[in-house]
Amino acid sequence: MSTSRFFGPGEAGPNATTDRGGTVFLAIVALVAVGVPVLNQFVPSSSPFHLSPYAMTLIGKYMCYAMLALAVDLVWGFCGILSLGHGAFFALGGYGMGMYLMRQIGTRGVYGNPVLPDFMVFLNWTELPWFWYGFDRFWIAALMMVMAPALLATVFGWLAFRSRVTGVYLSIITQALSYALMLAFFRNDMGFGGNNGFTDFKDLLGFDLQAGSTRAVLLAVTAIALGLSYVACRAIVASRAGRVVRAIRDAESRTRFLGYKVETYKLWLFVISAAIAGIAGALYVPQVGIINPSEFAPINSIEMVIWVAVGGRGTLYGAAAGAVLVNYAKTVMTGAFPEIWLYALGALFVLVTIFLPRGVVGLVRRQTS
Amino acid sequence: MSLPPDLATGKILYLEHVTVSFDGFKALNDLTLYVDPGELRCIIGANGAGKTTMMDVITGKTRPDSGSAWFGRTIDLLALSEPEIAEAGIGRKFQKPTVFEQLTVDENLELALAGKKSFWHSFSATLSGAQLDRIGEVLSITNLLEQRRQPARSLSHGQKQWLEIGMLLMQSPKLLLVDEPVAGMTPQETERTAELLLSLAGDHSVVVVEHDMEFVRSIAKQVTVLHEGHVLAEGTMDQVQSDQRVREVYLGS
Amino acid sequence: MLVLVALCLALSSGITVFAQTPDETLRSTLGTLREASFPDKEATVATIADSGHPGAPFILTAFLEDRLYSRDSDLAIVIVKSGETETFDLVDPLTQADAGNVPKDGFTKIGTNNRLRRVLRTTVARFTLASPDAAVRLSAVQNMLRSLDDQTMDLLRARAAIETDAAVKDEIEIGLAMSSLDSGDAAAKLVAIDRLSDRVTTDVRNRLAAFLEKNPDGSFVEADDKVRAAAASAVAHIDNVRSFYSGVETLFFGLSLGSVLVLVAIGLAITFGVMGVINMAHGELMMLGAYTTYVTQLLMPDSIGLSILVSIPAAFVVSGLAGVILERTVIRFLYGRPLETLLATYGVSLILQQTVRSVFSANNRAVETPAWLSGTWQINQALAITNNRLYIVLFTMLVFALLLAVLKRTRLGLDIRAVAQNRSMARAMGIRTQRVDAMTFGLGSGIAGMAGVALSQLTNVGPNLGQSYIIDSFMVVVFGGVGNLWGTFIGGMSMGVVNKLLEPYAGAVLAKIVVLVALILFIQRRPRGLFPQQGRSAEGH
Repeated sequence: MSTSRFFGPGEAGPNATTDRGGTVFLAIVALVAVGVPVLNQFVPSSSPFHLSPYAMTLIGKYMCYAMLALAVDLVWGFCGILSLGHGAFFALGGYGMGMYLMRQIGTRGVYGNPVLPDFMVFLNWTELPWFWYGFDRFWIAALMMVMAPALLATVFGWLAFRSRVTGVYLSIITQALSYALMLAFFRNDMGFGGNNGFTDFKDLLGFDLQAGSTRAVLLAVTAIALGLSYVACRAIVASRAGRVVRAIRDAESRTRFLGYKVETYKLWLFVISAAIAGIAGALYVPQVGIINPSEFAPINSIEMVIWVAVGGRGTLYGAAAGAVLVNYAKTVMTGAFPEIWLYALGALFVLVTIFLPRGVVGLVRRQTS
Repeated sequence: MSLPPDLATGKILYLEHVTVSFDGFKALNDLTLYVDPGELRCIIGANGAGKTTMMDVITGKTRPDSGSAWFGRTIDLLALSEPEIAEAGIGRKFQKPTVFEQLTVDENLELALAGKKSFWHSFSATLSGAQLDRIGEVLSITNLLEQRRQPARSLSHGQKQWLEIGMLLMQSPKLLLVDEPVAGMTPQETERTAELLLSLAGDHSVVVVEHDMEFVRSIAKQVTVLHEGHVLAEGTMDQVQSDQRVREVYLGS
Repeated sequence: MLVLVALCLALSSGITVFAQTPDETLRSTLGTLREASFPDKEATVATIADSGHPGAPFILTAFLEDRLYSRDSDLAIVIVKSGETETFDLVDPLTQADAGNVPKDGFTKIGTNNRLRRVLRTTVARFTLASPDAAVRLSAVQNMLRSLDDQTMDLLRARAAIETDAAVKDEIEIGLAMSSLDSGDAAAKLVAIDRLSDRVTTDVRNRLAAFLEKNPDGSFVEADDKVRAAAASAVAHIDNVRSFYSGVETLFFGLSLGSVLVLVAIGLAITFGVMGVINMAHGELMMLGAYTTYVTQLLMPDSIGLSILVSIPAAFVVSGLAGVILERTVIRFLYGRPLETLLATYGVSLILQQTVRSVFSANNRAVETPAWLSGTWQINQALAITNNRLYIVLFTMLVFALLLAVLKRTRLGLDIRAVAQNRSMARAMGIRTQRVDAMTFGLGSGIAGMAGVALSQLTNVGPNLGQSYIIDSFMVVVFGGVGNLWGTFIGGMSMGVVNKLLEPYAGAVLAKIVVLVALILFIQRRPRGLFPQQGRSAEGH
């Protein structure tokens, strides 16, 4: 009954039953989930093994990016949909969390208004816009962090895939979408804090966001979310649905003639991917402490793609590793030689696409085989 | 699964007065063609005679400007989308072999399995014993048992053609459209393909578009000659070859 | 009457010649000003005006503008160029020669009051009304109309009778008509309204509309029915004309924005449309063009007006070369892989931005606008067009026409079209396709450079210049239909016009968002744009 006997480890991709790279990846994530909070909370700061809160936040950030990279790889690596709009899904998830956190501030804001966030008081608004209702309850907010990006992806994807907008055309209009959202969120009267976005958060589910213990738990939660996202993506790509998706990538109209509704497959994949990106954004915001419209900037979405390209598209764990690698390089370089970073990033785009189409994972695989 | 085509009126495919034009050029010009159940029909014609466009119309890739296309008595092909037509029981093999290069031979056949094709169904689908047997059967028909775990990109040209025919078989279609199946094949491969197609006729209706006259002669009972988008002649190979108009426009004498 | 005045002037000046030189007379007249009472000053003004001395208007203007001073040391009267500087730049009232720069203390201003200023204004106006230069007369009339009294009205009437310049005469008649609206006489009002109804300025319209208002007690401000009816129809007429011209103006704004969009997109229409290359560094090639303009200005600081013309070919060469290098080093390895090309060229765009930051700093550079590009073209009272917008439209037309000519009439154009349609056939015909690729890409990039020259006149020249246009330009090309230059042209123009039509209702940012969203929806309805390439060959994309 099961496929496992039937499909032995082939060279053709993730249908292999033994997912060694993935196992290693999950082991590392588990290690981070436990180890980092322990090294931060229970190892005394005098010890050389102590992990500073700064380093912990950085690791948390990288893991959010890794989730985002999984989301991008799911659509690009496996289905050939080069979305330049994932920054928007990430930001929407982040804004969902930001709205919840803003409502939690309550009377502790500068203006002390129990209901209205500071920026609304500042704009002389007297009541909460309708779309802010319910965001004081975590479960509603949490639902929105997933649903808002998923809904946008549904509407957009349904329109785009139904009319067979593919390839670079899709890339260009996803980029335009993200750009339009950025312009919209910059406007004060949108009701999302304009330029400044949201910041000065106080607590999450009653826990002080500044407390080390809260941040340690947040990191562990992020690691778990990353692990679960990986498992979910992996389950999809290793299923028959995953094979259909790869079939679409390689010969779209052939897949259609086999009787598959290509649009529906693309749409589901796109929506799932957007939801993962939204969760990543939602976890990102309480750790970095701010969300503003620049998260929608087109360059962010393009950068995500290069993480995946560096790691190796179509490999999931490679994409996640690429996100961590590139962002670690960014942290180091913008600290040490800020003017070099853009040269390096630019060169990375060029060199990886020309010389390393399979990414680091491809390179490693070639070395070992 | 949708209902099988209603064959009460005796034909499996009705194309009537179909016209398709691109930029004023009439790729099909008032084409009328019928196919019997279980028949092996060969379509010949010069380049640009409208063979591929005719396939496109039947499979829903191209919508005609006028005319009608029915699958059996009840299924209006012009009202269905490509996947719906495939599901109704029409399978197509393209001129250029298009298999999924990155997937293994097994996986190619698995995707071609008849059955539910929704995303979530595929997500949770596993192969039943009967389905595994069917895959094995098709693999042996198409002589690909040894290559089953290889990615399709490693197959030879002829093997890709067979794999594609195998994929058609997995769909259990009532009507197979096969576009130039022996182009680029070795003589042995050609011979094997002829056997394969002949063995399929009977259970299935097969429409073959081919240039290779020897090949057509070896398999065809009924031949249809297309010229400038409409049917020039129809009959056995001998009848067609002795037709004066065919000799003029196609056979070149 | 004016003839009479002129005659008197001539006579009086003739007489004074015999007693003193005119200069001496004037100097002594001026000398009395320091201690004079206001009525005395009034008399003195009249004397100066009647003296016929060529310096008189200059002195009186300075007097009116509070720039007439008496030096405490020698009681001599001097004129100060401007009262706002730290020190005084002195001018001799008679010769108008510079008389040195001195500290401010030691001078007493010759004071004026309202009455005296009115006299001065009228007197100065009388001088300027007689100026041989029609432009000077026109501005004098406009000045006088701002504060009409009986005296100035008399002056204007007299001038209207002998005025030869149509614009000046028109201005006077309008001004007088406006003033007669204030009189009680209904007949005069009707004549005036009739005269004013083809005058489409806001002040005329508002003045006429005032006739239609009601007093708090419900009665009309203007009692006469006929006058009200005439005023109402005149207002309606003026409103019609004004809304027509404001429509024309919006259309023009739209076309000029559309021209910018077309200009930034046609280079892309070549590289993307003809070659199928997604060049995300296209914006940075424009940026290079803008910086070329900046450097050209630095190299020829004395002829800014010329430098902009020099920088057009210069920018074409700089950006074109950059494009050829980009094609040879990066893009040619990625043909047939559009998504990879997109990523690699994005990387190139980052490198170019950072290069510009390293060379020129991250701040915006100031590119001067030459005089011939600034200013406005006043078509009528309701419609004025700024020159730079006009030149952008013309420049775009020119570049577009040139590009069409290159593609249609040159060997390179033939090669480009041949390679675009069937690469292998073109190669078989002996066309060196690699060279053609490089040239095509260079052509598209060069046009981006020329667009950059235009952008340097419209927006800040900085490292981010390219980024702000790249999305728009891609949308224009996709909207118009890839591979169709006319599609790009019409697409860009219509995007510009729609944007400007929306702006009054939605504001600039929202209008842009609406246009973007509309385009996204449009592309989903018609994925191949307004003017798709037809036939089988297009299916391959």
